[in-house]
Amino acid sequence: MDRRKFVQSVGAVVAANAAAGIGPWQRVASAQSGPIRIGLLAPLTGVVAAGGKEMVEGFNLYFDQHGHKVAGRDIEVIVEDDASNPDTALQKARRLVEQRNVHMLIGDLLANTGLAVAEYVKGNGVPYFIPIIAADDLTQRKRIPNVIRIAGYSASQMPRPLADYAYHKLGYRKAVTISQDYTFGYEQCGGFCQTFGDLGGTVVQQFWQPLNTADFSPYLAQIQSAKPDVVYVMETGADANRFIQQYANFGLKGKIPMLGCMNLTDQSVIRTLGQECEGIISSAQFCEGSTAPATEKFVTEYEKAFSKLPSLYGFSMYSGAMWLVAGMNAVKGNVEDRKQFLDAIRKVVLNDSPLGRPVRLDDYGNPIYDVYIRTVKRRPDGKFWNVPIETVPNVSQFWKYDPETYMKQASYSRSFQGIKKS
Amino acid sequence: MSAAPPTEGEAGWEAVAPARRRTPAASRTRIVLAVIFAALLVAVPFVVPGYKTSLVIETLIFATLAMSIDLLAGYAGRVSLGHGAIFGIATYVVLYHVTTNAGSPWVGMLLGVVAATLAAVVFALLAIRTSGVYFLLLTLALGMIVWGMCLRWTSVTGGENGLRGTVAPAWLSPQPVFYFFILIVTSVMTWLMWRFARSPFGLTLQGIRESESRMRALGYNVPLHLFIAFTVSGFFAGLAGTLYAFFNSFVSPATVALAQSVEGLLMVIVGGVGTLFGGLVGAAVIIALENVVSFYTERWPMVLGLMFIVTMIFAPEGLLGWGRAVLARRASRKES
Repeated sequence: MDRRKFVQSVGAVVAANAAAGIGPWQRVASAQSGPIRIGLLAPLTGVVAAGGKEMVEGFNLYFDQHGHKVAGRDIEVIVEDDASNPDTALQKARRLVEQRNVHMLIGDLLANTGLAVAEYVKGNGVPYFIPIIAADDLTQRKRIPNVIRIAGYSASQMPRPLADYAYHKLGYRKAVTISQDYTFGYEQCGGFCQTFGDLGGTVVQQFWQPLNTADFSPYLAQIQSAKPDVVYVMETGADANRFIQQYANFGLKGKIPMLGCMNLTDQSVIRTLGQECEGIISSAQFCEGSTAPATEKFVTEYEKAFSKLPSLYGFSMYSGAMWLVAGMNAVKGNVEDRKQFLDAIRKVVLNDSPLGRPVRLDDYGNPIYDVYIRTVKRRPDGKFWNVPIETVPNVSQFWKYDPETYMKQASYSRSFQGIKKS
Repeated sequence: MSAAPPTEGEAGWEAVAPARRRTPAASRTRIVLAVIFAALLVAVPFVVPGYKTSLVIETLIFATLAMSIDLLAGYAGRVSLGHGAIFGIATYVVLYHVTTNAGSPWVGMLLGVVAATLAAVVFALLAIRTSGVYFLLLTLALGMIVWGMCLRWTSVTGGENGLRGTVAPAWLSPQPVFYFFILIVTSVMTWLMWRFARSPFGLTLQGIRESESRMRALGYNVPLHLFIAFTVSGFFAGLAGTLYAFFNSFVSPATVALAQSVEGLLMVIVGGVGTLFGGLVGAAVIIALENVVSFYTERWPMVLGLMFIVTMIFAPEGLLGWGRAVLARRASRKES
């Protein structure tokens, strides 16, 4: 085959495929009576499999309660395992979109899996919703129009009201932080440190420990010798479990007060802990011990269905399902018109979520919440849960900063924590 | 290969050749099979467009990685657990060059291959003096160092979150074009590896695998041969890594992790160690199974594990080796 012939045949191939590409697309667009297919990505194997399972539980619970039908169309949820691995997540997202023809994707737990899928949908415009992925820049500096954080939160959003509370109400002035050494940790600590520093507090030392640290005693000794007013702890999963236990065993509990990120005292962690977790103060949009009727109803139903208190994963995916349904109803089930559907999702004001308070998105696709300052207490039946102390209204991902100015500063990293050099 | 001493050549070939001589009927069957296989590969983007084509693309890329591992494992008898890292270094370099440096993907590809080959040189210098389980552990450790660097050197590698960005230029974005790009590159690479394995140099490697001391006694520079073999193998692994960057538009520490090396090695073992094309068979089987099985159960890693055990018990020479044995038996029956 000479070169010209080759070029011709490749050209023919491309043209044929382009034509074929238009054909099925039109068919789908007119097939509005078929089911709405939702691709749910969750880590069912790998390091965060426990959380992934709760994601699926929460998401399905909503449809089991309210029926698998919206605006006259059936809802088909197709679950795929992302194996806690970004390459697998990407592969499964491809399969859901290209083979199963889903209308939208939702889910993923680890930031790197979410970022991988976000990069993929950036190219093809498939709506992708991320109730769990907290990576700041997905709704800030590197936002993608079809990636929306319904019912989720950005990492640096929640620690800010906590820093404010620690400075003003608890009177702390000198803090240290300890955190897992990866982006989610940098962003949460960054949020805490910047707000705490801007108010006039000082962060005297920051510790970054590798994921899956078995023995925290070297860090605990250093925290003790730094003599801070308070320690801010950003740990997730098994690290959170170990840290809370070792903190108590080391004798620091009750001596140096502990503030935590929302993941530290999430049900997925404290479910298996005893009184060593009691009294840890954290901040989050969700608080399973809240007395708001909507929250109580959700918690009771969830406990009945799965015989455990809902974690952030279950709650966020449940609210995410609710948000999707609200969007679908607004466009009368016509999810094929992506632009219209995404606009509707952005405009949703979720009044009946388990939070019992209206939730809406800011202009950048991240929800604005009334954030609870919460503490861990023992329930009469012996289980531990988070109960609210105070509510900070209308907390956006930009706190009190101007969004455009804020986004000009660098993303949080190990070396940049928003602390002004004096 | 300029390093091949003049003593090898015809004599070396003859020594092994009788085992490879085939009956005309058997070689005809092989040619027919090869033609059918090639036709199937060409037809892929037209028959199963979309997701399945992307799976074939992935298979071709990982087959190249598996074959590069087989060059060492099957021919030189050195099983490496560091090739995932070499592969991933190339992927990282391409993505870094294209996204952070905003450079050309082709330059990125070149840099990626160079970086991977250099990494292979370093690995080789440290590892060639060992063999057996020590070689395995040393390459494993070197791979873990690369993984650790990718995880912790956040300012360059993006840490846990990795690097993202479209690498392939716009004219490559229609899937059939991209498919044929990958098919052509991997075919050429496969041919080169096949030539390499069958060259006098490749035969010398087999000699080293069989008996290092005898080859040394015959006057061969064994460490030099192993060094070159490792470097060449790393070159091919790196090339596969650059293609992966084009395909995936994303890289994270998972790509350089031990699991990647192990998966490459499993592909070789399932396909058949020392068969070269077994890498392709193994890659196809594993990627297909991962996708089919995970569709039915979240316990798919267990099913894969069982499959490996079954393969090891009933076809220890790998699927391709097993297929060849079946064909050979049939051919000999026909003759008698």
